[in-house]
Amino acid sequence: MLYRENGQFKTTYRADQQIFPIAQDRIAIALLLAVAFIAVPMLASDYFFRAILIPLVIMSMAALGVNILVGYCGQISLGSGAFMAVGAYGAYNVFVRVPGLPLIPAIVLGGLCAMFFGILFGLPSLRVKGLYLAVATLAAQFFSDWMFLRIKWFTNNSDSGSVSVNGLQVFGMPIESAQSKYLFCLALLVVVALLAKNLVRGAVGREWMAIRDMDVAAAVIGIRPMYAKLSAFAVSSFIVGMAGALWAFVHLGAWEPAAFSVEVSFRLLFMVIIGGLGSIMGGFFGAAFIVVLPIVLNQFLPALMGLFGISISTAGVSHAELMIFGALIVWFLIVEPHGLAKLWSTAKQKLRLWPFPH
Amino acid sequence: MKLSKLVIAALVAAGSASVATSAFAQAKEQFFPLLSYRTGPYAPNGVPWANGKQDYIKMINARDGGVNGVKLTFEECETGYATDRGVECYERLKGRPGVALFDPQATGITFALTEKAPVDKIPLMTLGYGLSVAQDGMAFKWNFPFMGSYWTGADILIQHIGKQAGGLDKLKGKKIALVYHDSPFGKEPIPVLQERAKMHGFELQMLPVTAPGVEQKATWLQVRQSRPDYVLLWGWGVMNSTALKEAQATGFPRDKLYGVWWAGAEPDVRDVGEGAKGYHALALNGYGPQSKVIQDILKNVHDKGQGTGPKDEVGSVLYTRGVIIQMLAVESVRRAQERFGKGKVMTGEQVRWGMENLALDQKKLDALGFSGIMRPLSTSCSDHMGSTWSRVHTWDGKKWDFSSDWYQADEQILKPMIKAGSDKYLADKKMTSRDAADCQS
Repeated sequence: MLYRENGQFKTTYRADQQIFPIAQDRIAIALLLAVAFIAVPMLASDYFFRAILIPLVIMSMAALGVNILVGYCGQISLGSGAFMAVGAYGAYNVFVRVPGLPLIPAIVLGGLCAMFFGILFGLPSLRVKGLYLAVATLAAQFFSDWMFLRIKWFTNNSDSGSVSVNGLQVFGMPIESAQSKYLFCLALLVVVALLAKNLVRGAVGREWMAIRDMDVAAAVIGIRPMYAKLSAFAVSSFIVGMAGALWAFVHLGAWEPAAFSVEVSFRLLFMVIIGGLGSIMGGFFGAAFIVVLPIVLNQFLPALMGLFGISISTAGVSHAELMIFGALIVWFLIVEPHGLAKLWSTAKQKLRLWPFPH
Repeated sequence: MKLSKLVIAALVAAGSASVATSAFAQAKEQFFPLLSYRTGPYAPNGVPWANGKQDYIKMINARDGGVNGVKLTFEECETGYATDRGVECYERLKGRPGVALFDPQATGITFALTEKAPVDKIPLMTLGYGLSVAQDGMAFKWNFPFMGSYWTGADILIQHIGKQAGGLDKLKGKKIALVYHDSPFGKEPIPVLQERAKMHGFELQMLPVTAPGVEQKATWLQVRQSRPDYVLLWGWGVMNSTALKEAQATGFPRDKLYGVWWAGAEPDVRDVGEGAKGYHALALNGYGPQSKVIQDILKNVHDKGQGTGPKDEVGSVLYTRGVIIQMLAVESVRRAQERFGKGKVMTGEQVRWGMENLALDQKKLDALGFSGIMRPLSTSCSDHMGSTWSRVHTWDGKKWDFSSDWYQADEQILKPMIKAGSDKYLADKKMTSRDAADCQS
């Protein structure tokens, strides 16, 4: 009843082309943003910020970037961890080598480094597709692992290969407290998400999707595969690189190459698949599933067992967490192979007809 | 601009107010957050370590009723040796009332927490691992690498090898290979080894092993090819037993193989058994079931069915190291109480003072039941390590035996390196070292 678009007439092209054509959606998003920007910083605890919200926001951004490449353009990539690493170390290098460089330009420059790296390793996509491309992008991962472990210049000649940053500030405001870190990452995420959404519903996005659906047909109707594929690699790795810089600078503070290992690549790909390929919303859902669920399980299990008077060891919790998490992934992919975002849109469809389904 | 600043200030104030109210409602309990890993490739070594830490807390509560009446509590948090999970654990546990200190139990996590600890005012204890330059307390106010670091370990190993060869000058022209875990943990000792290589004229060959270290075939092929005179093993977890098996397969003499103290415990050699016979490793601490503290743990904890882990592992190398770590934590609290009020719960800042002013002489160690397990240790504002003693022990196929006297790291080599390292750290961070007045307080 509440979610109906009866009576909402679109009389201009502008009105018809909005991101959220239904008024209820616009209100819901405005409310969500208000909650995220105003209510959450007032209510959440320090732990909630540092351990859950900040990683969630940053990983959402990374998943968004991966989704552009994998979900929209159909180029399966296992090099996302490498793009994050290049973003992080690129930002680190400009940050320590250019005195007085503010945080935002450092992060954007890190993203640009990742973009060039992404384009470079996107070149094989002009020749190979699918699983072959996945393996080719895996090379990016191994290359970056090697590069940041071996080439001392990238780590500012640190003996151990571990680097750290401090004194982060934006427009003179220090980014030290959990709230400011969260708000900073969230603001960047909103900007990136808006840009990405507009990109994928514009001409560029349609080219990507045409390449994804049938590249030969796309070429026949005049889409340049090289331009479409490389632009997808560029945009995707730029976003992933910025997320990597945020992960390193804002979340970890000090990091080593292992923070961006091949495992991160896999987790990002899982996020996109579980969240929903080819959907901006899916990135958020997937990140929440992969980042938050293990932590919630880890803390929820002892409490649950406590209700029945069973005490469970730390190792037991850890094993159970992995098993439940794995089982949930399998169950979930069987029930809804198109990801969480598909569930969301099904729910919306049902709500539009409610209470009179046909 | 002004408005946004105001909004942020208001938000921060609201957030900190909610934290402050929870801090007031604290019971008379000193809380020890125990980061540990009981799963993953490092679990065989992480488990006894974690058990030792837990059992010592239980023992102090059972035997003494806590520290001057303050009960000790703990909660374990599984990190799996992963930095991001470790940070999550730290964030989860740091806000508990009465948090004393963190022992991150992993070098990677230590690096990440080194940036966070000064902000939260919680000290980090990294016994025998972590950041080597953190010995300089003037630069690293919140880090405490008690009893040794990778640098002291590397230095002592070279001293010992030199002695075996009949003098450090005999190392000239020799070839020493370093088989190391390719992570900050494995790379930390390299500067000291390079310095020593320059001094004595031996050739240092670096052989990295990708984490977690189960794939070492290529590394040992290189060893077979270049035939180094000695191999230093810088591994942890499954990497150690794998390296020993590979050494056996390659035919590299095990008595030319020297491990750091993280590669010299029972889980590393047990599976290899006879194949590891003759393998040497550093022993940071003594061990065995005969010492008084282990007997106390057996009597007060395990005999009552309260023990953590199997009873027959009590007193093993890493278990005892866990006990020592926890003892130093408890003694830091006790020392802090001497100054800030006996029977009170200490804050992280007060515990930090206690850690910086520890003075455990032989008499005190005997009273605590640690005679024969560790050497005296005394810390100061500028020295956050306290002592650098270590011995070498050798695996005879069934058990470890001490095979050398105690060594101390060479101050003359390490001191300038630590100074240079901490100066670089401060310069990179645009910070200044603590002034002398800060040490008085």
